[in-house]
Order: sequence, then structure tokens, then C-alpha cells
Amino acid sequence: MATETPALPAPGKKINRINLAVQAYRGGKSTLCAGCGHNAISERIVEAYFEMGVDPHRVIKLSGIGCSSKSPAYFFGVSHAFNAVHGRMPAVATGAVLANKHLLPIGVSGDGDTGAIGVGHFVHLMRRNVPIIYIVENNGCYGLTKGQMSPTADLGSRLKNGVVNDLPPIDLCALAIQLGATFVARSFSGDKKQLASLLKAAIAHRGTVLLDVISPCVTFNDHEGSTKSYAYVKDHDDPLGEMTFVPFFDDIVVDYEPGTTQEVKMHDGSRVYLKKIEEGYNPRDKVAALSLLDHTARKGEFATGLIYVEPDRGCFTDLLNLVDTPLSMLPEEALRPSREALDEIMERLR
Amino acid sequence: MEASAKDQRPALCNAGSIDPRCRRRLCFGSDPRRQPFRLPNPDSRPSGRPFPRGIIDLLPLTTTPAADQIVNDFSIQVATVNGSGSQTANLVLLRSLFQMGIPVSGKNLFPSNIAGLPTWYTIRASKHGYVGRKKETDLLVAMNAETATEDVLALNAGAAVVYDEPLKLRDLRSDLVFYPVPFDRLVAPVCPDAKLRRLVRNMIYDGVLSRLLGIEMTEMEKALGRQLGKKAKAVELNRAALNVGYEFADANLPKCDPFRVERMNATQGKILIEANAAVAIGAMMAGVTVVSWYPITPSSTVCETLIDYMKRYRIDKESGKATFAIVQAEDELASIGMALGAGWAGARSMTATSGPGISLMSEFTGLGYYTEVPAVIIDVQRAGPSTGLPTRTAQGDILSTAVLSHGDTRHIMLIPNSAEECYELTMTAFDLAERFQTPVFVMTDLDLGMNTWMADVFTYPDKPLDRGKRLDAETLKRLGEWGRYLDVDADGIGYRSVPGDGMPSYFNRGSGHNSRGQYSERADDYKNNLDRLARKFETARQWVPREFVELDPESEIGVIAYGSTHWAIEEARDELRQEAGIKTSYMRLRAYPFTAEIGRFIDGHRRVYVVEQNRDAQMRSLLTLDLAPGQVEKLRSVLYYTGLPIDARSVSDEILAQERE
Repeated sequence: MATETPALPAPGKKINRINLAVQAYRGGKSTLCAGCGHNAISERIVEAYFEMGVDPHRVIKLSGIGCSSKSPAYFFGVSHAFNAVHGRMPAVATGAVLANKHLLPIGVSGDGDTGAIGVGHFVHLMRRNVPIIYIVENNGCYGLTKGQMSPTADLGSRLKNGVVNDLPPIDLCALAIQLGATFVARSFSGDKKQLASLLKAAIAHRGTVLLDVISPCVTFNDHEGSTKSYAYVKDHDDPLGEMTFVPFFDDIVVDYEPGTTQEVKMHDGSRVYLKKIEEGYNPRDKVAALSLLDHTARKGEFATGLIYVEPDRGCFTDLLNLVDTPLSMLPEEALRPSREALDEIMERLR
Repeated sequence: MEASAKDQRPALCNAGSIDPRCRRRLCFGSDPRRQPFRLPNPDSRPSGRPFPRGIIDLLPLTTTPAADQIVNDFSIQVATVNGSGSQTANLVLLRSLFQMGIPVSGKNLFPSNIAGLPTWYTIRASKHGYVGRKKETDLLVAMNAETATEDVLALNAGAAVVYDEPLKLRDLRSDLVFYPVPFDRLVAPVCPDAKLRRLVRNMIYDGVLSRLLGIEMTEMEKALGRQLGKKAKAVELNRAALNVGYEFADANLPKCDPFRVERMNATQGKILIEANAAVAIGAMMAGVTVVSWYPITPSSTVCETLIDYMKRYRIDKESGKATFAIVQAEDELASIGMALGAGWAGARSMTATSGPGISLMSEFTGLGYYTEVPAVIIDVQRAGPSTGLPTRTAQGDILSTAVLSHGDTRHIMLIPNSAEECYELTMTAFDLAERFQTPVFVMTDLDLGMNTWMADVFTYPDKPLDRGKRLDAETLKRLGEWGRYLDVDADGIGYRSVPGDGMPSYFNRGSGHNSRGQYSERADDYKNNLDRLARKFETARQWVPREFVELDPESEIGVIAYGSTHWAIEEARDELRQEAGIKTSYMRLRAYPFTAEIGRFIDGHRRVYVVEQNRDAQMRSLLTLDLAPGQVEKLRSVLYYTGLPIDARSVSDEILAQERE
């Protein structure tokens, strides 16, 4: 249950920079299917937040409806959480961040939640550059209602019952880039190293992070003919390059050869190094990012890694010029204008 | 006040009196308002008002009998084309009457359109203080060729018509007083810029009415200054038009109608305000911090006005930063979603909308109810169903809002009747939302929200904000153990923590949960939770604003109404008493859930009329859920649903008709 404070680590146990053990980041036992990609993602989330030393009391977990949206119960047991209605988590997250801009929101959604019922809210979340890490656990199907097609199902992919998808998929990464998300990445639930690096970089970012994680549904969409099966993704994963993330609090010891690496300095001073496969790929180039997504999709491949990043753009709470104290913590004196103010308003209406 | 026959041009102080030069005089036996009460006849004209006894034409008038004058008791209807800039002229007219101390109200009957369709502005002056819509028009200002004929034909005999001369309306009726005014010819010399003439010409009818009704020109000019503020050029142009209208009327339009004004002292200390602005002021004074909204008529001006006020009064002086966030959302689903997200995270949050938005918010408000998250929702009701009449008024969301969303859901609704109550109950709504940890609806309507009302100066709140049952270290120590939905005080309300407050967290979920907020599909957990929510709603009965009751110990008849219907009821009760000798008691509902007072009120009367502005007797239906069968049997309905604000005559006619059945 979510009410306990993290226990002090046992002596000798590995602790992070805020003196918490990894146990402090764990949640309830998963009720998802054994082998579900979503569970692996939850594991990576726990690791990344632990290693980055994020205070779980400042984290809020948000989700919509679906298998993916259940997963916030399986990590960060001490954090507050809001399981919203189907597709509408972005609105709830936006409101929560406005109420308290010091909170660190992580949203977990699915491909139906994001790409179908909630696409209208997703669009505006990206557009506003609300500071949130928004993870789509993308399996191309509706698991909780037993396997219907979702809007990210690939053209021609086949359900267990033989139904073939005859509509083109929505590329959530391309959509997010066009709409103004400032950190867009794709990974695969089975790629521990890449996913962990991306999550850590996402934590260092200030603005909307879209992390599209292909996460095969072992029950309804992990068979031959599915483009989101483990086997298919392993064969068709096209990583942008080996990615290394260096948090701002670590000494920079990595040494990449100039000309083959791309360095991205994050908002908080952390650095992301991309070791290139594609010569000259620059994740700050919007056109290149969209072009890459288009080219790989045409080949039936998934480009994975940090696809696009814009580390310096102000986020939504900056734009609104909010006071430093969270709005939810303002005292009554700051909330209720004076008697003189009301008198002045009344005088103007006489 | 009599005009001397010797005066060639009556002095200002005589303006408004019937002019001795009037060649045609309408002869009333007495004030038609004092005609004996009569039952409505379905074949009669819609107003149900008798024609005056006769007309004496071409009779030179030498004296002005006081009985023929109707002082401070008339309605003016200005018919124009939407977008023709008549609003300034109408508000100047309204304000100048107000400044003369005469009770007024102004209602804009406008189309869902930006420019080109017919629109009417009605101003009522009432020495009795009646501010509901008056069914009859006494003075028509006909500026719109498209509707002029129909408007004139709809008038009761004895009404006066100021009209644009080329419309040639005089021949339509012989029982009206006509005042032709050549607006185009008059405006040209005072407004050299041809492009501005369309806007400025409206001010001419203000000048004409000033002369005809005796509205002091100094008050007109003062009102004009207030309306246009620092726009010196516009003030100058409009003042010239005002004067040219006055002078034209003075020289060419002998006073032949009985309507005139006289200075009173009934508006001292009062303000003029649209109730949407009152809601906005209430929200600001209640300390709202997160506002999310989606534009929809008639609610948009709630948030637009709020933005203006917040920028002025809620910027931190030291840092210059905002103590609020106002977001125009992508739709109403997002508006309420953001409000709930903010409410969950501890902010005072709100949204404002109207019927279609309420429908869209249905799912989210159920989540708010079930997960117990505060938010304030302002519903400025308009005529539905569906898109309905977006610019017309109704009380048609009562029943659906009370139980908005699927499953067993009940919502607290507050129902203000005036600008003052829109201000006060909006503040109350924020307190109740946090006290009961649930969405609270403020049910106003277009008539309140977008029309101009007189109001007493708003009083500064004397109570601190009620932030409800929040978990803190001391409470945690006292409780020993904490579960988000544990009913430790037996009032159905748990203690809540919010992210960032350092207290233990919980998982806010719309799926089944137990008293600790943990996921549960257990039968007992589900039922216990629903029962506790019902208990909480019972507690709310003790906290919501009580009904307003006016008992007449001699009356057998009770009247129940709510919201803007109040103003017609106040007047209709006087009509029933004065014209038919029927005494009534009155109960005005101000909130849902209802208090036990309602049952007692019904018990004290033989028949109880529930008057409301919808077709399906929505409030009466809602009342029946709380009442005993014997009480339900006493209820009768008076229903008004034309899209126009309800008027007193429609109420009194209908009650009388049912009384005589």
C-alpha cells in the first residue's frame, strides 16, 4: 500500500544520492500477464528513478485506462497516483502540474488510450509542452478488452483470430514532434540498456517527454504476423546508435571519438551521447527526425533511441509565469484580494 | 407635472409630459395595468391584455391629466440588427435611468450570430422594483427593417413606437403612438465619417427617448462618459448624436404617449452588473487558482471577466508573477479534467460551461464524485436539448446535473437567483467542494449571466476559506492510522492528503476501491463505499445554503421556485394578491440536496406550485425523490420554456387558471 514512507536502507545495501535504496521505488505486485512487456518497463522506471536519485514523494503517477494504465500501481508505492478516465490523463496531469509545478509527473498510457480515445488531449499536451514524462506502452492492441486492433497497429498486421488491420498506423513519435513535444524517443521493452538510458535522459529534461515503448502483448499480439511481437521487433529494431546518458551529478568520464558522437546537453546539465550509426544524425533537427521516422516506417522498421530533443524551450508552467510557491500551497492572504480591492471593483460598477 | 400650452418648446423639466401639441391622443379609462384581472383566453392576443376602451383621434389636448401618465413603470424594446453597435446606446439608456434612481433591468434578446440577424434589447423601468422581464412592450424603438412590421403588430394598444422614418410603420396600426425619426438624415451632419455613422446613429434614439420620456440629458451624457471611458473622439461623436436626437424630438415630436420618468431614490448605493461577472468576482474572492475552460455561450464571459480581474488583483506584488493559472482547454472534457487534476493536487479549481459542456463533462464528474476530488463547475444554463437555442435562457440542466454521470451519482448544486447570490454562492461552492471533496455545481442561467442587473454592493467575506478535512501531522497522530476513505468522523468524509504536502499518499482511482484507496472488487468494499458516499450526501444537507422562505399565514397556496425565476415570482405574487385576492407563500430553493424544510413547507399548504423554466418539471421531479406520497400529490407545475426569461404575467395567469379548474 502506498502510505508507508520508504524504509531506511539496510547497512551495506546500495543507496542512491538521496540515501534511498531501490526498495523505496518499488510498488505493488503486478497483476499483468507473466511476460508482459509493461512489467519490464516498470522495472526500468524503478531503476532509472532510483539511479537518478529522484525523490519519490515529489513524483505523481498518472494514467488512463487499459493494461498500461494499471502499471503505475506496480512502481513507486510511496508516490501519489491518479488513475483517470480513458484517454484523459493528459488533462488531469496538466491540472495537477498547474496546481503544483514542483511535482514530477510520470504518465503511463497505452496505444488505444493515447492514439484513439485520448488523441485530442495527447495532441494538446504535446502542444503545451507540459513538463511530464509521458510513456506509451505500445502493443498495437487493446489487451484489457481482449485483443482488438488499436490505432498504432501496423498495416497488414494480423490478430490471433485472423482479423487483418487494413488502416495505416498513427506514428505517435512523428505526431509528437510535429505538435511540439521537446523530447521524443522510442524504445523496446526488451532493450534494458537503451530504455534505461532514455528514461534517465527524460528525467533530466524539462518539458514534454514522449517515450513510445514497443511492448509486445504476450496474450493477444505476440504471434507470427504481428509487427509488435517480440520476434518481429527484435529483427526490425533500428537503433539510432548506442546511447549513453551521463547525469549532471556524475563526473564525465566517457570518451567518445569526435565525429562519430553527438552530444546533447540537457536542461539540468546532464549529457546524452549518441554513438552514431547514421552519419550526421542530429536529434535537434526536426526535419531529420521526421524524415528518419518516415524512412524506417517504410521499411517496416522501428527507429529507436532519442529521435528528437529541444532542451531549451520553456515549458507550460514557465509560460504562465506562475509564482514560485506551488498554487496549491499559497496561503489565504495570497489567494483572497483585500477589502480595498473589492471596494474598488464595486466602485467601478456603480 | 403639467406642460403649459403657452410654451412653444417645453423646458427640460417638462420633458416627458404629454405635449399640448399632440394631435392624436390615446384615451385610457385609467392605467391599463389597473384593469381587473381576467382569465387568459386562448383565442386572445398572446399577452392576454385587454385593449383600451377607445381612441379619440385628432383631439387637441389642453391639459395633461395625471391619471394618463405612467411614471417609472414601462418597458422599452430596442429592435436592431446584430453587430450594428446598438449596445452602447442601450447601456447608456439603461444607466441614465439607473442614475436617476429608478429601478431598472436590461435584457439582451440576441441571436446566435455575430452580425446581421435581428436582436432586441429590452429595458424595464419599475418604480415597484420589478426587474423580471415584462411581457408587454410599452415603447418600441424600431431600427430593423426586417422585424419592424412584426414588432409593431405584436404591441399592445397604447404602446409607442420610435422608428426609422423610411420604414413607414405609421399605417400599420391606428391604436399606437408613432414617432418617425429620420436617423440617416440626422446622423450625417454630426458624423462626417460615413463609416462610423452606422454605429453613431443609434445614439440618436437615446436623445429622442430622453426628450420623450424626460430622461435628464445630463444623466445621459454622464452615462455616455462612463460607457465609453477615455475614448474622447467616440464620446464627442456620440454626444453630438444624442443632442441631435433630443433637439429633433423637441422640435418635431409632440409627446402623445403616457410614459415618462421622474427622479427617484431607489438605486442609491447599488451597482449594475451581469451575473457572470459576479460569479467571476466570487471565484476570485474564494481564492481560485486553477481555471480551465472552453468557450461556450453563455458562460464565456465568466472566465473572460475572471482573467481581467485576476490580472489586476492576483499578481504577486513582489515578483510580478501570477498566483493563478487560467487555461483555455481543447474541449470541455479537458476543462473538467484539468480542474479535477488541480483539485486533487490541492488547488482551488473551477471551470465554467453551459449545457453541451455539462453533457461532455459527465464521465469526469462521475470520477470526481467517486474518487472524491473537489472542483467547482459553473453551469450558465441555456435552452437545450442539443445545441438548442445557444443565446436563450432556460433552467433545463437541473435534473441531469443532479445525477450527472453513470452509476449511482449525486452532485451538490447551488442555485443563485441574483448577482449578489452568484457572488456569494460561488464562494460557498469552493468551500463546499473542499469540505465535501467533490465537484460542486453552481447553476445559473443566461438571463442572470448575460443580462444587466441591479445589485447591492457585494459584501467582503467575513469567514476564512474552508479548506475541508486535510490530513496534517497532528490529525495523523490523533487518528493513529490513516486510510483515505475511512469514515472516522461518521459524516462520510475522510481526510485527504495532497501531493507535495509531506503526508502519506494514496492511489486516486475511479475503479473499485476500499476505504484505504486500494483496488478492490469485493462486494462489501463496493457497497460500503457507496453507502458512505450516500452518508456524505446526507451530511451535505446540513451545510448547503438553506431555502429562502416567505410565509403568509393566511395562504393555502405555496409557490416553489429557484434561480432567475424568482423575479417573476415576486411580481406574480403581487399580481395574484392585488388582482385576484390570492395570497401565497413562497419558498425559493437555493441548493441540492434539499433540506427537510421543504417537506414542512409543503405540509403547511393545500397546493404547491413549482415554477420553473423547463418543459419537464425537472425540479419537481427531483423533489419527488425526497418527498412523501402525500406531499407529492400537492405539487403542481407552472412551466415556462420559450427561451425568453419567464415573466410575471405568465406565472400569475397560469396559477389562476389552475386555481379555477
